[in-house]
Amino acid sequence: MEHKNINLKLKVWRQKNSNDNGTFETYDAKNISTEMSFLEMFDVLNEDLIKEGKDPIAFDHDCREGICGMCSMYIDGRPHGPWTANTTCQLHMRAFNEGDTVVVEPWRAKAFPVIKDLMVDRSAFDRIIQAGGYVSVNTGNAVDGNSLPIEKDKADASFAAAMCIGCGACVAACKNSSAMLFTSAKVSHLALLPQGEPERQTRVLNMVAQMDKEGFGACTNTGACEAVCPKEISISNIARMNSEYLSASLNSEK
Amino acid sequence: MLNSKIPSGPLDSKWKNYKSTCKLVNPANKRKLEVIVVGTGLAGASAAASLGELGYKVKAFCFQDSPRRAHSIAAQGGINAAKNYQNDGDSVYRLFYDTIKGGDYRAREGNVHRLAEVSGNIIDHCVAQGVPFAREYGGLLSNRSFGGTQVQRTFYAAGQTGQQLLIGAYQSLERQISLGNVEMFNRHEMLDVVIIDGKARGIICRNLVTGELERHFGHSVLLCTGGYGNVFYLSTNAMGSNVTAAWKAHKKGAYFANPCFTQIHPTCIPVSGDHQSKLTLMSESLRNDGRIWVPKNQGDNRKPNEIPEEERDYYLERRYPAFGNLVPRDVASRAAKERCDAGYGVGSSKQAVYLDYAAAIQRYGKIEAGKKGLVHADAATITALGKEVVKEKYGNLFDMYEKITGENPYEIPMRIYPAVHYTMGGLWVDYELMTSIPGLYCLGEANFSDHGANRLGASALMQGLADGYFVIPYTIGNYLSDEIRTSAIATDHPAFAEAESKVRDRIHMLMNIKGTKTVESFHKRLGKIMWDKCGMARNAEGLKQAIKEIQQLKQEFWSDVKIPGSINEMNPELDKANRVADFIELGELMCIDALNREESCGGHFREEFQTEEGEALRNDDQFMYVSAWELKNEHEWTLHREDLNYEVVKPSQRSYK
Amino acid sequence: MTWKQMFTSSIGKKLVMGLTGIFLITFLIVHVGINACVFADLPVFNRDDNGEMFNKAAHFMGSTVLIRIMEIGLFAGIILHIVQGYLLTLQNQKSRGVAYNKPMGNNGSKWYSRSMGLLGTLILLFLILHLAHFWVPARFTHVGLDPVLYNNVLMHDMFQLMKITFSELWIVVLYVLGCFSLFWHLMHGFQSAFRSLGISNKKHLSLLNCIGNGFSVIVSLLFALIPIAMYLQWVG
Repeated sequence: MEHKNINLKLKVWRQKNSNDNGTFETYDAKNISTEMSFLEMFDVLNEDLIKEGKDPIAFDHDCREGICGMCSMYIDGRPHGPWTANTTCQLHMRAFNEGDTVVVEPWRAKAFPVIKDLMVDRSAFDRIIQAGGYVSVNTGNAVDGNSLPIEKDKADASFAAAMCIGCGACVAACKNSSAMLFTSAKVSHLALLPQGEPERQTRVLNMVAQMDKEGFGACTNTGACEAVCPKEISISNIARMNSEYLSASLNSEK
Repeated sequence: MLNSKIPSGPLDSKWKNYKSTCKLVNPANKRKLEVIVVGTGLAGASAAASLGELGYKVKAFCFQDSPRRAHSIAAQGGINAAKNYQNDGDSVYRLFYDTIKGGDYRAREGNVHRLAEVSGNIIDHCVAQGVPFAREYGGLLSNRSFGGTQVQRTFYAAGQTGQQLLIGAYQSLERQISLGNVEMFNRHEMLDVVIIDGKARGIICRNLVTGELERHFGHSVLLCTGGYGNVFYLSTNAMGSNVTAAWKAHKKGAYFANPCFTQIHPTCIPVSGDHQSKLTLMSESLRNDGRIWVPKNQGDNRKPNEIPEEERDYYLERRYPAFGNLVPRDVASRAAKERCDAGYGVGSSKQAVYLDYAAAIQRYGKIEAGKKGLVHADAATITALGKEVVKEKYGNLFDMYEKITGENPYEIPMRIYPAVHYTMGGLWVDYELMTSIPGLYCLGEANFSDHGANRLGASALMQGLADGYFVIPYTIGNYLSDEIRTSAIATDHPAFAEAESKVRDRIHMLMNIKGTKTVESFHKRLGKIMWDKCGMARNAEGLKQAIKEIQQLKQEFWSDVKIPGSINEMNPELDKANRVADFIELGELMCIDALNREESCGGHFREEFQTEEGEALRNDDQFMYVSAWELKNEHEWTLHREDLNYEVVKPSQRSYK
Repeated sequence: MTWKQMFTSSIGKKLVMGLTGIFLITFLIVHVGINACVFADLPVFNRDDNGEMFNKAAHFMGSTVLIRIMEIGLFAGIILHIVQGYLLTLQNQKSRGVAYNKPMGNNGSKWYSRSMGLLGTLILLFLILHLAHFWVPARFTHVGLDPVLYNNVLMHDMFQLMKITFSELWIVVLYVLGCFSLFWHLMHGFQSAFRSLGISNKKHLSLLNCIGNGFSVIVSLLFALIPIAMYLQWVG
């Protein structure tokens, strides 16, 4: 692959902590190899900032392989940047051209308060899972794995939903800051499997209740979440959650 | 004297007997016993969840923003289990034997057999949790083959097995959190173990958001903090993976075992430049279908597709006809290094070999054409059909390769090179997973126990979950049953205060250096020393030099590091400095260990000790032991040996020819 | 899960939007069907109809008790749809907190999917005008309504009222704009309503998408053609 070096202008959100108001700062990223990942470009920038005695830009990242879901930048009007089915850590500088100005913002949602700069608090997602995103099975209770055959199509569909990495791009992209793609992915993952059957109804009711409590908006089916999802989780999961929820609330006797 | 506490009796009944005779804690007492779990990857999350289910009061800590981020999530290929669903001759004994042999006879028989025994339970439990493993059309679980074995025993979920298993464990953990059995502390980093009357009784940790130091009490402490591959700076580990928790325990007296045993994974995307922050693994499963080659001529600069078949050297198939491209990782990695060092490397850096899917595409294409009854399919159709199949099997990996390199692997062979991937070494633990400090346990990659000198593919997930789900729930009871009279110790105890003030002093010291060089630059330099002199091949001279260089680096670090920001705020550079300082000390110990082990085995290859064909040459007479290092003073360690007794397996020269 | 909990949850609110939306869609079918009767006057059909078919249909709608009762339901549906829609929009906007400096725009979603509140407001404004033009005179004031006799039954000549109303160009333009808003509102609303009701099968969804698009085009076009046809005196 041919590689070259480019120069960029970065307009980055800086916010000292959750109480600070925050503002945009502009930086020059010079001589950036197109082979670099977007975060490596930030590493280079941060090294420069430290040498200049300035505070480096804080951002969440860990695996840098597109699977842990920790990286979370809203780059040039799109969560995780311009490539589809991609995370920020896997975005490479080939995506940009000489002289581009790139605006980098944190995920914006009331339920995801900014911790510092580009870092946000996504613990709301953990609490949604706590509300019911599991199968209540204690270690040691299991029967043989093959005693429960599962239709391949269903297993595959369940896996497709279970691929969610919990990055929160869906919330960041949604004009309503709705967490329904995230929540529905977990609801679908478990609702499609026989293991999830016993808690199917309580699960969806409790998870949706928690999701609402966290202050996420309601889904209006615009499809922005699906378009930016690094794992291409389908929006039809939301519709499945709707039906799961409706049947669960109609069937509940309380 | 090291007591590994391996139960007596025949190998296959040791664990059974242990379970039937170990001491238990009754449910009412469990509620009074507090357990601290540091790290929430496969080992930590499964342990915290299982202990919570049992009724212990658990506090779990992770430095990430959620337990679901732990680096177990990045494991791609799969998880081994001796289920013999494929009817191909697998058994607990064979999994045990393969693991012992794969580890080059440097692992304990008792531990490995236990691992093989519980492997099946792991699959059952994960299925029950709703882990969507790959399935056949009949609805039953599917298996694939993996390096170093001749049976198909690897369970998988596309190329995201680690993710699915971790999410399973994470969900169980979150359930325990919601039930109030586990209290979770995200964005917290453990910075010391608190020891009271010789027993681990708690930890000091830093809240990474506010910078505050916190004290937490536990009747026992579990470290499930993963491996230390990042000592090489470039590795396939996550950016945050670190040795700090294990190292702090080491500094408090826990022995560190076999630190020089590091695994270099053969199929990673090569380094593209100085900016590189980490390396990306391409799953070992790619070696199932891909063929590895280099040109037969040195310095061949032609494009790969222009090099005719007869001028390609499929060196793994040539050297190891029985296992071919599926030799274990250490063997495959060294073979790649050998070719590149000899001048046959490819790509602009010449530090790469080809992983070619052209043959697989043709093979699959013909099978598909046959299935569809296309007797006279033309070449283009066959290629297209073949690509479909390859896409179905490896699509996500190919996409990832293309994103990183900008090259289309369906058309051009992938360039791969070995990279640091896993560390077999870690805190020394006995059969019960307890370190040399009573009450301090170590699980998963962070301990040294089950993989000997080399780990087989798809065994890390197995070990992490075995430790967390099926081992610790039994072994911890054996210890805690004697602790039921110990009431919770208040965290204003002097031992807590002292530990906290030491941590505080160290942080202040780091911040007050106000030097000129960034943390990152020290880490890079450490990585280079380690990779060059304690990497895939080591020799005495290089190691001695490395020790000196690391000692100098340490001095320089503590006098010239520059850390921006302040203490009482979110300060990722300070966190990193803390970790790098520990890596530097660990690096020294790794070199000392590598220097001490005058033999080649598994991932540890000493150039002085090799066969005429360039294979690792073990020295069982002198080195059939686990090196457990005790820290005495700065730069000074004492070696404790735990001799390995093979009662069942007869160690032999490992051969994959 | 009490009824209250159900209908005040985010999904319950969507359900209300979807159900009232589908109810309004069925109303649109009836409405457009009756209005399309004016085209009976087109030369190709019957030059001499002169609104007879339409007036009879309108009379039937106005004089049948059951339909008058349903009309109440219709208003309730509209009001619920509007109020719930505004509440949801407001709540959704609040859940963002700080706005993006660089909005996503059409990067992943359609503008009309994101503009249901705005489109709905335009339709509401149009609706007020529309009710004032026709529904108020027909039900209450009878201003501008001449009697007309068909088969010995005295009816209001609604056709005549339409002809007069749509002789003003600005009214025609407003009506066409109203139909335009309706078109985009339906383009998203039709399929979205079914998603909110829980249709998740991809095959069913793509069928619903096709039907929704066809429905939006046909209904909006037919509605828009009425004032145009009257203004241009294709009918009447």
